[in-house]
Amino acid sequence: MSEIKIENVTKRFGSFTAVNNVSLTITDHEFMVLLGPSGCGKTTLLRAVAGLGMADEGRISIGGKDVTYLPPRERRISMVFQSYAIFPHMNVFDNIAFGLTMQKLPRAEIQTRVRQAAELLHIEQMLDRYPSKMSGGQRQRVAVARAIAMQSQVLLMDEPLSNLDALLRLEMRAELKRLLAELGATTIYVTHDQIEAMSMGDRIAVMRDGIIEQVNTPTTVYDYPANQFIGGFIGTPPMNFLMGQVQRRDGSVVVQLGDHSVAPKPEMASLLAGYDGKPIILGIRAESMETLASPAGDALMACVLVVEPLGSQNLLTVAFGAHRIKVSTHPSFETRADADVWLRFPADKIRWIDPEAKRTLYPK
Amino acid sequence: MTALNSTQVSAEMARLRARARRRMLLSRVFTYLVGILIAIWVLAPLWFIASMALTTPETVRSYPKSVLPFIPFSFETMRFFLQSRGIVPGVINSVLVAVITLILSTLIAAPAGYATSRYIFRGRDAFRLSILAVRAFPVVILSIPLAVTFINLGIFDQVYSLALMHTALTLPTTVLVIGSVFASIPYELEEAAQVFGCTPAQAFRRVVLPLVLPGIAAAAIFTFVMSWNEVFAATVLTVQNRTLPAQVLVSLQQSPEPYKFAGGFFMLLPSVIFIFVIRKYLFNMWGQITK
Repeated sequence: MSEIKIENVTKRFGSFTAVNNVSLTITDHEFMVLLGPSGCGKTTLLRAVAGLGMADEGRISIGGKDVTYLPPRERRISMVFQSYAIFPHMNVFDNIAFGLTMQKLPRAEIQTRVRQAAELLHIEQMLDRYPSKMSGGQRQRVAVARAIAMQSQVLLMDEPLSNLDALLRLEMRAELKRLLAELGATTIYVTHDQIEAMSMGDRIAVMRDGIIEQVNTPTTVYDYPANQFIGGFIGTPPMNFLMGQVQRRDGSVVVQLGDHSVAPKPEMASLLAGYDGKPIILGIRAESMETLASPAGDALMACVLVVEPLGSQNLLTVAFGAHRIKVSTHPSFETRADADVWLRFPADKIRWIDPEAKRTLYPK
Repeated sequence: MTALNSTQVSAEMARLRARARRRMLLSRVFTYLVGILIAIWVLAPLWFIASMALTTPETVRSYPKSVLPFIPFSFETMRFFLQSRGIVPGVINSVLVAVITLILSTLIAAPAGYATSRYIFRGRDAFRLSILAVRAFPVVILSIPLAVTFINLGIFDQVYSLALMHTALTLPTTVLVIGSVFASIPYELEEAAQVFGCTPAQAFRRVVLPLVLPGIAAAAIFTFVMSWNEVFAATVLTVQNRTLPAQVLVSLQQSPEPYKFAGGFFMLLPSVIFIFVIRKYLFNMWGQITK
């Protein structure tokens, strides 16, 4: 059992509140990603769990044991650091063995565990090399091997892939995901890269300004963002936001986008009715819109500004009224700059966002 | 037509490339030229002193001086210098002062350097400034009141009291150098050690200490050289127990040329050797990245 429970944790640096009354439970064997822009407090929260920066308020427990004020070595965790933090004066073997040596395990046991960890990361050929003679990717592997050799129930990772180049990161991402799934350790993984978060996490906790804004599975966070920030932060390109106006017309509710009117889903209608006459934000993802090359009654006309062929899709930047939005189309969809296209907004793909609270509206 | 064009283009490209290569070569030649000039400017006097010190006293006295060095090669001049009055005690005093300075300075500067590089604490900048401020006063202003104080305390003309003065003089540099050595060790390494089972003290001993030891040794050697070379405070603060530079300085006017050359050579030798050994750490001090 190694559930991590974070309860009402606050951490301040001077007058700056880095983590503000955060609660989060990571269940046993779960892979939790802390995602957020830099300065959102995700690393601070991770360090509070690691014991490298004690929480000012609140309580942290690991496997039912209160660790809030324990030093790192008594928390039975292991960690991968952003800069890898492998020891330059030790060879790869001694680096991986470091934690085991500190536990004063028998030599034979250390030997086996180091070999196992090294083999899992394909660095068994490099055990007597020194870090200065290794590439970034190899050092990264040493750092991960050192962490998993501990066989601890809890694994903390602070942006472990952010120092690798793009191609290596892509490769390591999949490898790491598989490895961690095999190990089954309860993992907290900090990243600012939303693609990494989407692709790896069992659940994602999206943080901003010291607060967790949403915790859910990657697909839920992507499809049902809790607020405008999350919709805009997750996904490439980010969600489009259009300002519309709610109007009640003889019993039904429509949202006016300029001359075009959009009908919301029936279960949303009653919720939107409360906004009668008021503005509302329509959020929709680039790939959720239907793009037509010719006019249709229920479609909105827009002018193409830019066409970016990306191979697997064509990304269009289109304009209508004062709005600029991104639309992705099938690569076979033919259009060019300055041409007109017609967009259809499928009602179940639209998210309605309160323009003041910036919260997404969902039916009860 | 296109074929002609492409040959024209490639000829043009080749010309441009050749010009770029020429320019690069030229700038490299220039860099080396300047480097060589600076090296000559520094090395020529050293060479001259060495060549005069390692020949017979007669050759040294002769005029005009021979440009060809070490002819005839002889330790006669050096022997003459080392046998002069006060030189051997001077060497012993110098070594004693330098060693005491080295020990004191390193013992004080290591924790100070660690603190200034690792922690942000109230008064850190004031502390750094006060360390540097010692160097802001000319040694002459420090030495004379200090001499009076030493006389009053009854520790004037002592090897260890001069070592105290030298410690104060060398501390700014030592704190800076050792501080930069610690700063070059990422704090994450200590944190990693703590996560993997170390107490903070163990993390320091197992991870930081092995990494900083060469740098601290370099700083210590640099301290030794600074103390070895220091002449002004040594002249003011000692009378009977003169260090080598003080001894050489006071007898300079009345001594013959072989004495001067041999003395100069003898004094610069340790500095040159030590600085050569620790040069990469001194570069570090100015923030140059070295492997």
